[in-house]
Amino acid sequence: MGNVLLQYATVLMLSIFVGIEIIAKVPSILHTPLMSGSNAIHGVILVGSMLVLGSATTNLEEVLGFLAVILATLNVVGGFVVTDRMLEMFKAKPAKAAKKDEVAS
Amino acid sequence: MSRETLIDLLYLVAATTFIVALKGLGSPKRARQGNLLAAVGMVIAIVATFFKQIDGHPLHHVGLIVLGMVIGLVVAVPAARLVQMTAMPQLVAIFNGVGGGAAALVSITEFSHIHASHPATYVTLEVLLGVLIGTVSFSGSAIAYAKLQELMTGRPVTYPGQQILNAIFGLGALGLIVAILVSGATSVLWVLLALSFVLGIAFVLPIGGADVPVLISLLNSFTGLAVAASGFTLGSNLLIVAGTLVGASGILLTRLMSKAMGRSLANVLFSAFGSATTSSSSASADQRPVRSGSPEDAGILMGFASRVAIIPGYGLAVAQAQHVLRELAEQLEAKGIEVFYAIHPVAGRMPGHMNVLLAEANVPYEQLLELDEANSELQTADVALVVGANDTVNPAASDDKSSPIYGMPIIHADLAENVIFLKRSMRPGFAGIENELLYNPKTTLVFGDAKDTLTKLVAAVKAN
Repeated sequence: MGNVLLQYATVLMLSIFVGIEIIAKVPSILHTPLMSGSNAIHGVILVGSMLVLGSATTNLEEVLGFLAVILATLNVVGGFVVTDRMLEMFKAKPAKAAKKDEVAS
Repeated sequence: MSRETLIDLLYLVAATTFIVALKGLGSPKRARQGNLLAAVGMVIAIVATFFKQIDGHPLHHVGLIVLGMVIGLVVAVPAARLVQMTAMPQLVAIFNGVGGGAAALVSITEFSHIHASHPATYVTLEVLLGVLIGTVSFSGSAIAYAKLQELMTGRPVTYPGQQILNAIFGLGALGLIVAILVSGATSVLWVLLALSFVLGIAFVLPIGGADVPVLISLLNSFTGLAVAASGFTLGSNLLIVAGTLVGASGILLTRLMSKAMGRSLANVLFSAFGSATTSSSSASADQRPVRSGSPEDAGILMGFASRVAIIPGYGLAVAQAQHVLRELAEQLEAKGIEVFYAIHPVAGRMPGHMNVLLAEANVPYEQLLELDEANSELQTADVALVVGANDTVNPAASDDKSSPIYGMPIIHADLAENVIFLKRSMRPGFAGIENELLYNPKTTLVFGDAKDTLTKLVAAVKAN
């Protein structure tokens, strides 16, 4: 077990705590967009797909890597576009939303 | 600065945007910028990857990579832009599933690439975990999609010995991983792949349609973990950070969602919720009297009200009746009647789904009241209009200890003076549970398609 693994494990542990911390207080109306947004973020597997296809040496690896690139692109692009479409609905009411805040405070 | 250092630096920038983006997605004001920021980070990471060198060589197959991306782009953009808002949950399930599939493929490809060089045991372990989790997420999401799209029954699919069989599948997969680690036999990898696929299906089958969104959130988290596992194998901090962020936040989000339904995660996953059609009284249900009325009756009732509460549910969205509903609300307001919407946290098919659907129909944000506020306002409402909702107003959740939804917070429509219940038929709702509210003496049932009935209601209120 080398130092590299230990370094990755450190990154892993810190990311776990960051991941839990940053979404601890989310209003329920944002649960769906949040799920969809984080869905787009794990589309970063596209980077991994590019790397495996980019280093493929056999036909099998080429086919699998190529499929991975397609699927990962679907994940990234679809994820971000769907999330944006959902969140589009929340805009355009800044004046009213601000008014509500005033009343609340 | 060397090229590799620069690329790693760009990866760090990308990882930071993901963290800031997730934080932003938790606040209504910054959510959209957050999502855009993550997209920018993703583009940076992808562009940087094109310049990466592997063992001193530039990337091979750049043409194939670009081709794959173009194919993905051409399919994903129209799908994401054109799909109806009501079908959003299915779409999220699909995009999650393909991500899990990609993670599994990356792990398999990497395994085939490195196994000749006898990698350390922990590397093999990461690969195998990536395959297992990614594949479960892939096939599980496919079934979740089929349930939501109604390609198969939304009811839980159960059979005798199911739990035991699932446990055997799960333990079998872990056993295979150990076997591969010990023997180094690569052919067993394909057996693991097949078993993981079956496990994903078997895991999702007993989960009822109403609970599928919670499940999608969990599978989303799984995909994150699979991505993190691939990150270990490929030695990419970016993949580890992004995957783990999604994995950890996804599990927390899943718990928040099941809490919004008043249930534990274990209950959602393992109780085959809603497979029994019953509350204790359903045997006599068909014979019991209900009061039904015409849209005109309901219109008159509302015309005399001074406060009307609207309780929308998924049926509203299915009938595409959000716009007509808003029109009705505007008619009532024109007559000086106060209108508010009582939104259950899980109204629609996902938490927050109903807010999105109503916002699409330009319903003013400040008329949407969340559960607690809505319940206290309902006490002074003259009429509660239930449109396409069912389980979220079912009093069994607070009265009937034997009911499967017991403990779920509900909107107490029966607090209002009168209840008008728009319904297609006497069929029970999504969770398959009989609703006592239908038999409440306060309740007037108006049968028919939601959009149709609402249009008639608008006319009735206008004429009044």
